[in-house]
Amino acid sequence: MTDKFISIEGISKRYPGASGATTTVFENLWLSMARGEFCCVIGHSGCGKTTVLNILAGLDAPSEGVVIVDGQAISGTSLDRAVIFQSHALLPWRTVLGNVAYAVSSKWRKWDRAKVKAHAQTFIDLVGLTGSEHKRPSELSGGMKQRVGIARALSITPKMMLMDEPFSALDALTRGTLQDEVRRICLETGQTAFMITHDVDEAIYLADKIFLMTNGPGAVLAEVVENPLPRDRGRTDLHRHPLYYALRNHIIDFLVTRSKTFVAETPDHDPRSVPVIHIGKPGLTIASSGDEPRQAWIPGTNPGLSA
Amino acid sequence: MTTTSLRLRAGLVSIVLLAAFLGIWHLATRSAGPTTAMSPEYAKLMGLTATQGKSAMPGPLDVGAKLWEHLRRPFYDNGPNDKGLGIQLGYSIARVGMGYLLAVLVAIPLGFLIGMSPLLSKALDPFIQVLKPISPLAWMPLALYTIKDSSISAIFVIFICSIWPMLLNTVFGVASVRKEWINVARTLEVGTLRRAFTVILPAAAPTILTGMRISIGIAWLVIVAAEMLVGGTGIGYFVWNEWNNLSITNVIIAILLIGVVGMLLDQILARFTRMVTFPE
Repeated sequence: MTDKFISIEGISKRYPGASGATTTVFENLWLSMARGEFCCVIGHSGCGKTTVLNILAGLDAPSEGVVIVDGQAISGTSLDRAVIFQSHALLPWRTVLGNVAYAVSSKWRKWDRAKVKAHAQTFIDLVGLTGSEHKRPSELSGGMKQRVGIARALSITPKMMLMDEPFSALDALTRGTLQDEVRRICLETGQTAFMITHDVDEAIYLADKIFLMTNGPGAVLAEVVENPLPRDRGRTDLHRHPLYYALRNHIIDFLVTRSKTFVAETPDHDPRSVPVIHIGKPGLTIASSGDEPRQAWIPGTNPGLSA
Repeated sequence: MTTTSLRLRAGLVSIVLLAAFLGIWHLATRSAGPTTAMSPEYAKLMGLTATQGKSAMPGPLDVGAKLWEHLRRPFYDNGPNDKGLGIQLGYSIARVGMGYLLAVLVAIPLGFLIGMSPLLSKALDPFIQVLKPISPLAWMPLALYTIKDSSISAIFVIFICSIWPMLLNTVFGVASVRKEWINVARTLEVGTLRRAFTVILPAAAPTILTGMRISIGIAWLVIVAAEMLVGGTGIGYFVWNEWNNLSITNVIIAILLIGVVGMLLDQILARFTRMVTFPE
């Protein structure tokens, strides 16, 4: 908690519901991320993950609380925070190059056409779309479209990337390649990333920290799970790591049961100091004293192995 | 391959239907009706229908011959009541073009404003709802009284009838631009004006063009009726003038040409619509 590059401080989101009642999506949410960190949020639908991301992007405003990025409270959108949309959100009347160039020329208004084009081309090459610059989105496959979305987000050299389930609409093979690409790019550029996902393995592969959110309405950030896997992990041998299943089971257990019961079982949950879970190192777990031991992982007794 | 053969077969069926229609028309108008004996002086007054039993309705051959005559000399001008069909159509197209262009200039910027502002949208809605269903010809007396010029009144009527579909489609197109495209522009900190031209306009263009296509159709429908009222020039006036001349042949030719020009106008707008429509 030394370097708080991004700090979400006590944000809430409420909507006026039917007949004057208000629906609280989440309340008093605190969360922080260090520079260069890759964080994933996991939680069931309706827990307000997308709302948190939209607030971080500046597309939505919290009902209460502030978001501080790089020492400054944010208000509205910024070219420092790029968003990769779930549905890629490419402009269909522009070509691949046109879509990326639109972002580039939005950031550097005074650049001439050639400079914008050259800069956009660099990022098209980076995501492996060299040769498809002049195709329109309708001529691209789902994976290629999302690559354009990634190139567009990266081209404005943001301070952080926000991704809302960017790969959920893709087939498993394409998703895997794109995960590799995103991981490579983020590590190379030291990008800070905030990603929403439903895919536990995706979170384990990509994230340094995994935020677990309970079910909404009235969702809370229950735990921050530190990823114990080494930073130079590979997607193919991920599951061979001794702590992989412990981590995976912990997340699955949370999603299956504890996401529903967490709020009732943990009345003294302090949203300002959310427990940080270190898988496999029970001694280091910062958890409230009344917590049941949840690191009791014995090899071979994992329900997750049967899958 | 199947599409070509389908097109070919459809074309053949079309030709067969046309031939059948012309054949039936020819047979129906050829038959001699009963004739009565009458004195030559009286026969001159009665015309061919009574004396030779010829049908009062012209057959396809009469219409074809007359049409050929018109097509050979489309731009002659023998005074106010005898002008070539090209000139008459030209007047009508010019009126439609002017009224329509004025409507485009008003409807699209106004539709943009209404579409982008929920306040304006709600505030102007009752006016639009009341004005939209008014028959454009109902404006004619008011236009004649205030403008005091029949030709400009006709243009005004075209303006008022073609503005509504364009306005409503522009409003709808602008208001229903996909939220994520707007969000893309927002995350890129694109200003309002640039956003309007680089995101909203291209995204709403197919809907706007659809409105323009509906409008040109309505404008072409209305110009015929307006020119019948206003008189002087134009294809609508021509139809009414030939009805007064009891030249059914010319009326049929005019009907045919109104259809052809209407189709061409529609096709032009359809082509423009295709040019701005991009699949996702």
